[in-house]
Amino acid sequence: MREPAGDAVRRARFERALLPHLDAAYNLARWLTGNPEDAQDMVQEACLRALTFFDGFHGEDGRGWLLTIVRNTCYDWLRKHRRLATAMDAEWEVESAPDRMPGPEALQLRQADQRLVKEGIEKLPAEYREALVLRELEGMSYKQIARVSGVPIGTVMSRLARARKRLEQEIRRVAQASWPATGK
Amino acid sequence: MDALLTAYVDDELDLVHNLEVERHLKECGACASAVERQQAMKRAVAQHAPYYSAPAELRRRLGFDSRERSRPSLFRSWAHWAPRLALAAACLAAVVVMWRVAPFPFRPPSEGIESQVVAGHVRSLLANHLMDVPSSDQHTVKPWFTGRLDFAPEVPDLSGKGFKLTGGRLDYLNGRTVAALVYQRRQHTINLFTWPDRSGDLPAQSSTRDGFHVMHWRRDGVEWWAVSDLNAGELAEMAGGG
Repeated sequence: MREPAGDAVRRARFERALLPHLDAAYNLARWLTGNPEDAQDMVQEACLRALTFFDGFHGEDGRGWLLTIVRNTCYDWLRKHRRLATAMDAEWEVESAPDRMPGPEALQLRQADQRLVKEGIEKLPAEYREALVLRELEGMSYKQIARVSGVPIGTVMSRLARARKRLEQEIRRVAQASWPATGK
Repeated sequence: MDALLTAYVDDELDLVHNLEVERHLKECGACASAVERQQAMKRAVAQHAPYYSAPAELRRRLGFDSRERSRPSLFRSWAHWAPRLALAAACLAAVVVMWRVAPFPFRPPSEGIESQVVAGHVRSLLANHLMDVPSSDQHTVKPWFTGRLDFAPEVPDLSGKGFKLTGGRLDYLNGRTVAALVYQRRQHTINLFTWPDRSGDLPAQSSTRDGFHVMHWRRDGVEWWAVSDLNAGELAEMAGGG
C-alpha cells in the first residue's frame, strides 16, 4: 500500500537521517541484549519509535538521538525480561577489591584472550557495559554518553571507572582459574 | 580522585586539570598504577571487543517497510528473476565483449566513457552484482547513496514510461565513483549511470557498442548514460522530456 506523498517525504528524511547509524544501533542493542535475534527486534522496535517521534528530531545528532531510543527500548526489554542485574550488587564487589594489585604487565592479553574480554564485558551490569560500548566502541564523549544514557556526566565517569575495574577483576579471575591447579 | 583519573585516561579533562593530574601522578604510585590499569582495560576493549554490524537481514527488514512486514516477502518478484533471465541472454554476447573490453575494474579516464559504461553494464550482469540496494522505491534508493557518494543523485521515477526501478549500486567510471540506477523493461535490464557534470546541456545521443545500445545526455548539470540490450528506440524513451 503506497503512503500518501507527505508521509513518503517524511520517511525519506527519516531514512536519510538515521540509516547511516544502523550499525551503531545494532551494536549497542547486541551488547545490551546479548544475542543477535533480540538485538534485531530491538533495533526494529527502536526504528518504529524513532519514526513515530521523528518530528521531535531537529537534525542535530542523529546517532545520539537514535542510540538514545535504542538504549531505552533495550532497557524496557531488559526490565520486562528481568535481565537487569542491578549495578548495586556490582558496586559492593568493586569497592572491596584490594588496591595493591600486580601491574598490567602481569596481565598480558594475547590472541586467545579476546574471548576473555568479550565474555568479561558480557558479564558486566548493563549500565557499565553500555558506558564501555559507547565510549570505546562508539567513541562518544562523556557529554554524548550522558545524553544517550540519561544520566549526569559524573555518573558516566564513575560507571566507566567501575566498568574497567570490574572487567579487570573478571579477566584476572578467569585467567587464574584456568591455570593448572597444583595438587588441589 | 577516581573520577578525575578516569577523565584523565579518557582525555576529557581541560588543560589545567590535566596538568594537575599529571603532576600528581609523578608523586603518587597508587594513582599511577590505577591509571595504567584503566588504560590497559581501555585498550583491551578497543582491540578485542567485537563491533557488531547490522546484519543484512535487518537492513532488509527495515529497508522495505518497518511498519508492515517483519519478514522479507517469500514470493520473489519479477524484479528478482528478470535480471537473471537477462543475464542468461547476455552471457553469450558478453563472452565476446569481455575479450575486447579488458576485465580490469578500473579504466583510465582517457579510455572513453562510452566503453566504460558498456563495460560497467556487462560487469554488473556477469558478476551478478547488479544492486547494492534492491528496491523499487526511489525514496529508499535515493537516500541510500547518502554518505556513500559525494553528490546526491536524482533517482527518476520512470514507471510512467514503462521502466521499473529495481535498485541501485555504486560504480566507478570516468575516474570517479558514480551512481548506477537499475531499471527493468520486460526482460531487459538497463543500467542508468549518473553523476554531476556542469559542462552544459547535451541533447540525447544514441549509439551502439559491442552489441549494446547506449543513450547519453546531460541536463541541468547532471550527466546520464543508459546502457542496455533493449532496442535503441525504446531506450531513447528514457531520455525524453525530463
